[in-house]
Amino acid sequence: MKQTRRRLLALIIATAAVMSLAGCHTDMWHQPKLKAQSANNFFADGKTDRPLVTNSVPVGYLRDNEAFYTGKVANKPVAQLPVPLTRELLQRGQERYNVFCSPCHGKVGDGQGMIAQRGLALRRPPATFHTDRLRGMPVGYFYDVITNGFGVMYSYASRIPPEDRWAIAAYVRVLQLSQYAKTNELTPEDLRKLQESTTNTESKP
Amino acid sequence: MPQVFHRSSNTLARLSIVTGAALLVSSVLIGSNLSRSPYVTQVGAPVDQPVPFSHKHHVKELGIDCRYCHSTVETSAVASVPPTHTCMSCHSQVWTNSPLLEPVRQSYLNGTPIQWNKVYDLPDFVYFNHSIHVQKGIGCNTCHGPIHEMNITYKAQPLSMSWCLDCHRQPEKYIRPKEEVFNYNYQPPANQMELGKKLVQEYHVKKEQLTNCSICHR
Ligand code: HEC
Ligand code: HEC
Ligand code: HEC
Ligand code: HEC
Ligand code: HEC
Ligand code: HEC
Repeated sequence: MKQTRRRLLALIIATAAVMSLAGCHTDMWHQPKLKAQSANNFFADGKTDRPLVTNSVPVGYLRDNEAFYTGKVANKPVAQLPVPLTRELLQRGQERYNVFCSPCHGKVGDGQGMIAQRGLALRRPPATFHTDRLRGMPVGYFYDVITNGFGVMYSYASRIPPEDRWAIAAYVRVLQLSQYAKTNELTPEDLRKLQESTTNTESKP
Repeated sequence: MPQVFHRSSNTLARLSIVTGAALLVSSVLIGSNLSRSPYVTQVGAPVDQPVPFSHKHHVKELGIDCRYCHSTVETSAVASVPPTHTCMSCHSQVWTNSPLLEPVRQSYLNGTPIQWNKVYDLPDFVYFNHSIHVQKGIGCNTCHGPIHEMNITYKAQPLSMSWCLDCHRQPEKYIRPKEEVFNYNYQPPANQMELGKKLVQEYHVKKEQLTNCSICHR
């Protein structure tokens, strides 16, 4: 009786010891599964992430609305925003603009972002949005520039989904208005502030 | 028959039992402390990279938002390290002759990816998801430390299970308003617990299930 109990105890201790040793194994830490962005010798390009098979459309990527997904109809930029214009849209546009565009075009769209200031000898500086030509462009044009790039500016299509591109395009319009508002369109309150600020700067030597 | 052992062997035997036990305990203690030490977890050790990319320079000095480069962090499980295209959207124009950027230009020209070395790497049996943390008001620097001060990126947290659980048990200790998630200068207010409790309610954080094993081991 006593002996079996002792043997049982020895067995338990031995099992615990073996199990705690097994705990030191780390072979489950790196499993032969494929994770996003990992390297992979199996494919010729060395990447785990596979490119799309040509002529296939992933779920949710059907681009059946030309105006919405290309910003153009019959190769002409659309003049009408294809999404409802709401306060939320503009706020979203402001947030996204500040993330993706402001480093170069500046927070107010004057082309004086940090990169423009630091990259001393830019071959072609970022555009200011406050020119007559760009003020006259239909809103679809800005969508198109974000989607396909323009001149030395790269495409942002891979990072900004279509909904956000429209939000940014709408916000670029806001910026254009904000820098080109006529005084007779201002509320009395804003007009007073404007006059105060101009007299302030004028009074400085 | 004369005695085989001298009297002193009694003491010796007792002593060896005690030292044996002490050795066992201390080796367990040393082992468990060592496995949590920065030496093993690599916390604070800068990771060599093919291009000496500096977050301090790009984030703090140039003011580029995390999302410009880690653009999937709000919507997907992985934050993703930026593709070469993202670097080149600026470096096709600025610092175009820098020798440090030669691997970037080569990568863009040849279409071969830059092989960044991972800084944060969970074991493969742990499931992690960025988007939920970002959407529920957990700031980048709560987990990644003062990244805006790093010239070469290093690990700021051990990624141990106890570290995850510390927050999953009491998210109100760390949660912040959603719009502050990307703000690396954010300082928790003095009434963090009060604010935290409010935000946990407001963002519908399901605290009761956050410590279930299957949340992270699925
Ligand atoms: C890396 C810097 C950079 C970023 C970021 C950037 N741009 Fe540009 N952008 C430029 C440069 C440079 C030009 C001028 C290109 C040229 O003249 O070849 C330009 C030109 C433009 C133009 C003018 C096109 C014309 O007809 O003159 C528009 C509109 C524009 N960008 C919109 C945007 C929007 C919207 C974003 C954010 C999604 C953005 N840009 C982000 C650098 C940038
Ligand atoms: C200009 C592009 C850029 C910006 C902006 C940027 N990062 Fe990064 N980030 C990178 C690159 C490239 C790497 C890979 C090299 C490295 O680890 O330093 C990286 C790596 C990281 C890593 C380590 C990933 C790993 O290997 O495990 C973390 C964490 C990180 N970034 C967080 C942030 C946070 C937080 C911000 C915003 C405060 C930010 N980054 C802004 C480009 C950027
Ligand atoms: C939004 C623009 C922008 C993006 C995107 C960007 N950089 Fe930069 N980077 C700069 C600027 C501007 C400088 C130089 C600034 C200065 O010193 O005034 C710079 C400097 C550098 C330097 C130092 C060069 C030297 O010779 O000292 C390295 C290395 C570098 N970047 C790597 C990268 C990598 C890798 C990426 C992609 C993950 C990247 N950058 C993305 C703007 C950018
Ligand atoms: C709750 C903690 C936590 C928060 C908050 C967090 N991260 Fe991470 N991050 C991690 C962990 C854990 C990993 C390692 C993931 C792995 O190995 O699978 C990681 C990995 C990364 C990587 C490497 C690439 C990848 O996706 O694996 C980058 C880049 C990164 N984080 C950026 C960010 C940015 C930017 C933010 C802020 C928006 C952020 N992280 C917020 C915990 C966090
Ligand atoms: C600073 C706080 C914090 C840290 C650290 C943290 N988490 Fe979380 N985690 C949260 C919050 C808050 C949620 C959102 C819970 C909710 O919405 O119900 C969450 C949610 C999750 C979810 C999704 C839960 C679900 O309902 O599907 C996973 C998975 C997860 N965390 C894994 C991890 C892992 C793995 C780590 C450690 C590497 C970690 N977390 C570290 C705060 C944190
Ligand atoms: C919040 C996320 C989270 C939850 C919840 C969680 N774990 Fe873990 N677990 C982790 C992480 C992260 C690691 C990896 C730790 C490391 O890298 O050292 C881990 C590691 C482990 C390991 C392996 C330890 C090793 O070093 O080999 C075991 C076993 C484990 N967990 C069991 C559990 C059990 C049982 C539960 C439920 C009571 C649980 N975990 C709940 C995140 C979690």
